[in-house]
Amino acid sequence: MLNRRRFLMSTAAASAAGFAGLHLSPAFAEGAPQIQIFVPAAPGGGWDQTGRTMDQVLRSEKLISGSQITNVGGAGGTVGLPQFINQWNGKGNSLMVAGMVMVGAIIANKAANNLTQVTPIARLTGEFEALVVPAESPFKTAADFVAALKADPTKVPVAGGSAGGSDHILFGLIAKTVGVPATNLSYVPFAGGGEALSALLGNQVAAGISGFGEFSEQIKAGALRLLAISADKRQDGIDAPTLKEAGIDVELFNWRGVFAPPGVSDADKAAMIALVESMAKSDGWATECKNRNWTQILLTGDDYAKFVAEDTARIEAILKDLGLA
Amino acid sequence: METLGHLAHGFSVAFTPVNLLWCLLGTTLGTAIGVLPGLGPALTIALLLPITYQVAPEASFILFAGIYYGAMYGGSTTSILLNTPGESATIVTALEGNKMARSGRGGAALATSAIGSFVAGTIGTMGVAFLAPVVVKFALAFGPAEYFSLMVLAFITVSAVLGSSSVRGLTSLFAGFVIGMIGVDLQTGQPRFTFGMTELLDGVDVIIAAVGLFAVGETLYMASRRYAGKDEIVPLRGSLYMTSAEWGRSWKPWLRGAAIGFPIGAMPAGGAEIPTFLSYAIEKKLSNHKEEFGTVGAIEGVAGPEAANNASAAGVLVPMLTLGLPTSATAAIMLSAFQSYGINPGPLLLTTQGDLVWGLIASLFIANVILVILNLPLIGLWVRLLKIPAPQLYAGILVFATVGTYGISQSPIDLVILYLLGAAGFLMRRFDFPTAPVIIGMILGPLAETQFRRAMTISNGDWSVFYKHPLSLTLLTLAFIGLVGPHIWAYVEHRRRRGPEHVPGDA
Repeated sequence: MLNRRRFLMSTAAASAAGFAGLHLSPAFAEGAPQIQIFVPAAPGGGWDQTGRTMDQVLRSEKLISGSQITNVGGAGGTVGLPQFINQWNGKGNSLMVAGMVMVGAIIANKAANNLTQVTPIARLTGEFEALVVPAESPFKTAADFVAALKADPTKVPVAGGSAGGSDHILFGLIAKTVGVPATNLSYVPFAGGGEALSALLGNQVAAGISGFGEFSEQIKAGALRLLAISADKRQDGIDAPTLKEAGIDVELFNWRGVFAPPGVSDADKAAMIALVESMAKSDGWATECKNRNWTQILLTGDDYAKFVAEDTARIEAILKDLGLA
Repeated sequence: METLGHLAHGFSVAFTPVNLLWCLLGTTLGTAIGVLPGLGPALTIALLLPITYQVAPEASFILFAGIYYGAMYGGSTTSILLNTPGESATIVTALEGNKMARSGRGGAALATSAIGSFVAGTIGTMGVAFLAPVVVKFALAFGPAEYFSLMVLAFITVSAVLGSSSVRGLTSLFAGFVIGMIGVDLQTGQPRFTFGMTELLDGVDVIIAAVGLFAVGETLYMASRRYAGKDEIVPLRGSLYMTSAEWGRSWKPWLRGAAIGFPIGAMPAGGAEIPTFLSYAIEKKLSNHKEEFGTVGAIEGVAGPEAANNASAAGVLVPMLTLGLPTSATAAIMLSAFQSYGINPGPLLLTTQGDLVWGLIASLFIANVILVILNLPLIGLWVRLLKIPAPQLYAGILVFATVGTYGISQSPIDLVILYLLGAAGFLMRRFDFPTAPVIIGMILGPLAETQFRRAMTISNGDWSVFYKHPLSLTLLTLAFIGLVGPHIWAYVEHRRRRGPEHVPGDA
């Protein structure tokens, strides 16, 4: 039965390939805890990279002996969230990666569960956004862009990520701040960063909004012009004002952080916060953040809970204005 | 000939024993995951990303490139033998390939797809090496209006798979539109046809639909006819590999497939599916053996689409390596691998990381050679799969389809969808509705809709964008010719044959 054995072997090889990622985490530190990381997204995206980078840094700093990463993807994290709340309840050694995108998805999808039902541990990183135009664009400054937007918002098509995502939210906030009704905006959503970028490079749209990292190389090469960034202050090595400096009073970080499941003990919660804090202070984490254009914006425990509540209220308001909530 | 020098240097990077070993590992792994529906190259590379912490950049990219190309080879194997496409780019291969396998020409179908993949993959990789800067300019000229017109052209291909009755075929196509619309609408963020189920917000995976309609539907149909009569599978008829007649029928489709696949793959929203549809339609039009399409299986219908999907896989690398644009899930994950090395992929990649890029391109050539060497001898083994008695074979297909589907996102809802569509596939088969248009509708419908709405948003509701852009107008004209041309031709031909004295109304 060579044929059937061959058939089964290739199936086995394929499944081994699928799980090889998990087997690459050898346990070597004695005494350090084993943790579980829950990623409510498919492998490869921002949350998944956050989870896998955490695993890598925590292990090389010998803070944990190993970790197991579980991916449950779909609908901006709202498929994974109920599972984390119900099935992971009380597991003190577990963390879920989440962020601003999930806040938006919960509101837009009218999800039954939300982030008040999980235990906030820490906000880790954020990516500020960039407002860019093609190199040939007549807009030289953010003020030019705003003037055109005020004159006729329908004539200024802006490309970015999916409807209701962080890019769309920032566009809505900018318009609201300068007094342009959000419902008149001409926002062109693209599924992936690459597609939005090619629409800009091909001069199909007037401007683009996305994470700074998506555009940084094109800006360096002179294919795109950076008008402003959504960070709180000027950034080293970036030759552009913040939105606030450009006269638009908006600040936005597409933040990512971690949560423990509901029902964990205070001791477990404190231990988890301590673990994440020592990771965030390590050199290994600093290097990874630099490589990936992540800004460290550490905030833990109750302060983090307060921040999530405020951000949820702000996002809900703007999504209502955009007609998405 | 600066490029040749770079390429020679690339080969010196790729030809070290260690890197050759990574290439071999990658291609083997890629072939295996291509075979399983559900486990695609994007997911596999994502799960292997932690390897970037341990090995040199050249080695890991050679591994990833091997997986990427290997998956394109492997995906066709199950399409042909089991009617279970492993990748969305090999759905079209199942149409003629599986028919060929059932009539005893499975070996030839596998051989033409392996050799065609090699030929087209090599042409495509040469395109990456020599034409990338030119092709990328052309690809960027494609905006939403041009994409929409390309989709219109692709819709013409539906007529090639409609089957005997247009009404039934169009019914299937529209069913595909409806399934394709399930999920969050990208343009407005609103859910459509999800019935409040969170699991449906991301839509129905096209692989699940194809496996459900083709493989599960077929299995149920076979089971229902178990006592009604025999639908015999002929394990092998004639030579294992291609006969000289089959070679003669294959080489032109390979070249045409490569010519269609490479530029469309290089377009940021081109993808690998559309070139396979276009290639299939063209081969059916040009073939001298039209009667074999949909009956015993025509080799042109395998050779063309298989070449097209491999050439498009090479095309995808053009915007990625020249501009740092990730235009497919796999490319996006490969770019994030660049980042874990602290390399920022962008327009300057080729100048700042020449060694890496040319090493990668050279390893693609090597991967292609390894893959064809790896796959040709396997054909003998694969074909023996068809000698398994039908009940066991179909039971195996069912298990395989179920495991593969569960592997996509470990969601039980996906299994429910698989079996619901399987039941639908059975009924369609029973009442003679073609299933291929459903899949084409699922892929093309949402793409066309999205591009159309994007074009209209950008133009602020002005329809003229579709005919004022020269590229868009050209594509629409081609589509129009494709639609009415054959009828006019047939009419002219008819008139000429009957001579002037037989004009209508004269007799």
